[in-house]
Amino acid sequence: MTGLTFELLCMQLLTGIALGSIYALLALGLCLIFGMLNVVNFAHGAFFMVGAFMGVYFLGVTGNFWFSLILTPLATGVLGLVTERFLVRPLYGRGIDYPLLLTFGLSYVLIEAMRVTFGIEGLPSVTPDGLKGTLDVGIGFFPKYRLFLIAATTVIIFAVWFFIQKTRYGLIIKAGAADQEIVKVLGVDIAKVWLMVFGLGCAIAGLSGILASPTRSVNPEMGIPILAESFVVTVVGGMGSPVGAVVAGLLVGVVYSMASLFFPDLAELSIFVLMAVVLLIRPQGLFGKAGAMG
Amino acid sequence: MKQKVTNQTRRKMLIGGAAAASTPLWMNVASAQSETIKIGFPTPLTGPFSAEAQDQVKAAELAIKEFNDAGGFNGRKAELLVRDDKLNPGEAATRTLELIEKDKVNFVVGSLSAATQLSINAVCKERKVLFNSISQSDAINEAKDWSVYTFHEALNPTMTAGAVARYSIPRFGKKIVFLTADYAYGHEMVRAFERAGKEMGATTLADIRHPLGASDYSAFLPRIKALNPDILVLCNFGRDLVNAAKQCTDFGLKSSMKIVTPVLLYTARLAGGPEAFEGIIGGTSYYWGLEDRIPTAKTFNDAFRKMYNGSVPSDYGALGYAGVKTVLAAVKNAKSTDTNKVITALENLKYDFYKGPEYYRKCDHQAVQTVIIVESKSKNMKDKYDVFNILTIEPTTEKNMRSCAELGHKA
Repeated sequence: MTGLTFELLCMQLLTGIALGSIYALLALGLCLIFGMLNVVNFAHGAFFMVGAFMGVYFLGVTGNFWFSLILTPLATGVLGLVTERFLVRPLYGRGIDYPLLLTFGLSYVLIEAMRVTFGIEGLPSVTPDGLKGTLDVGIGFFPKYRLFLIAATTVIIFAVWFFIQKTRYGLIIKAGAADQEIVKVLGVDIAKVWLMVFGLGCAIAGLSGILASPTRSVNPEMGIPILAESFVVTVVGGMGSPVGAVVAGLLVGVVYSMASLFFPDLAELSIFVLMAVVLLIRPQGLFGKAGAMG
Repeated sequence: MKQKVTNQTRRKMLIGGAAAASTPLWMNVASAQSETIKIGFPTPLTGPFSAEAQDQVKAAELAIKEFNDAGGFNGRKAELLVRDDKLNPGEAATRTLELIEKDKVNFVVGSLSAATQLSINAVCKERKVLFNSISQSDAINEAKDWSVYTFHEALNPTMTAGAVARYSIPRFGKKIVFLTADYAYGHEMVRAFERAGKEMGATTLADIRHPLGASDYSAFLPRIKALNPDILVLCNFGRDLVNAAKQCTDFGLKSSMKIVTPVLLYTARLAGGPEAFEGIIGGTSYYWGLEDRIPTAKTFNDAFRKMYNGSVPSDYGALGYAGVKTVLAAVKNAKSTDTNKVITALENLKYDFYKGPEYYRKCDHQAVQTVIIVESKSKNMKDKYDVFNILTIEPTTEKNMRSCAELGHKA
């Protein structure tokens, strides 16, 4: 390819990281729910979409992006709590396919609900004033908002890591994932832990929705393609591994971006090729334990 | 088996004969008169083009209402049979076949997307039913897909992309990069833009193809920036266009190049907002703002506003109106609903229903019409409908269309 410069490569890398940070965040929520509850949440993309709509809606009401950044995950988190309590909970112990079908159906209910509420065209999304325009990053100009996106997802991912690794609640979550019987014996209400984890996963999905919304159009179907990409990320990283989700998220973003530079029409395919290659070499994913699917 | 069929047939004939014998002649005439003129209307009510499709239906209903309010044709009223083709060529073919076989429609109008209109066209061609397409396509006019039953009320990529090229190349420069949705319609837009650009000495630096329905285009943008063209042509449609426009704006591409698009949709602009589309130039078949200079546009808008709470018709919506209106006008002119007579009437129709004078070119039944070049507004907007400035109107001429010989038609 002519005109290939060092600057262009670096810009492409940075673009890939910005793309990947949304994948990482989404996959992290997906993998928390799977790792803990053994539920493959097919409604995750729909929660992402609901988050984007709520974000734009709250922004319209409050006029402040930062408020809506706090309100949105709370709202999708509560929606997640309700979903776990009344829909997913009755299906525990029936294998992996029941909750999978339920959440698949739920995603269509959520899509239809947004269509009815906000219309089929979707809403124009808004970039917060201070983050409009581009910034000179030394190798060229890059959108300020995407730099913020990288920073924000880094902070969120570390916060989740801190919560799981360094707090008492995190300890219970980890213990529950390892052996729920023992946790029960120790007097912890495991049902409550599951409820909170599902809520947390959905809150993260909603948060990624509002964070992604200024970079794309907000419409009822926006969660469908990104859900497929998130599953690729989870599989590449290893089902149920949070570290894997983050690393694979960034990797998928960068692979997509680089493929777009050299083989633009194969960009979409490239991440599936990546998945196939990883699965051939490490069937359990980069950071997965063998037999995670049970 | 054979015996049974014969029995049934005989019984039917007996009943039919008895009915005919007992029915006075005047009743047959009366029932023929009260029978409605049925227009089948397959369109993607669900899916990514649903916003445009619903507008098409609204405007088509207006055309039906106007026809009926004016007394119909010899007292025969018209009726619209809307079917959801789900933007799927197979579904579109099935629904069209149902409309023809089960619902016995007289004509088919509708469709949105190059692929579905071609499958609807194939069914209508085979069943010898008149189809007036209201979605853009180049292929539908080509001899291979076309038939005498095919009419094309919408613009085609040769007309829109060509007009945008003729407007923008002299003003902004000759180095062109395309960002193209990788499907037939995307390729047609590129081909048409290049065709018009060639005459003006334009060169293509790159044609970057992306999968249809990509939500993030950022990965293509650093390269586009490095190529540094004078004009970036976004050859995509609907939500793809919304996302692409938004991300090009975010990456600051507008500071060094002009962004144009062959089809600048009213609905896409509403969904994307003023900021994303600021300064983007594109072609369209209709914009409601034409009412300041074209009287029929004013009449059409007012009727639409009255029927739909003050809202204005979109570009593709207007095509729904025109597509139905022309067919019904031809029925009146032909004084018949017979397909062949209506075809002749449509071929001879000179009409001005909403955007100035139009007619169907005889050889390929393409509606010869103006292309409007609009620029997206971001300042001084009067209301939410006020989104475009009309820059110029490329006049009606067959010169800018591919010739009939080029399309493979004999005469």
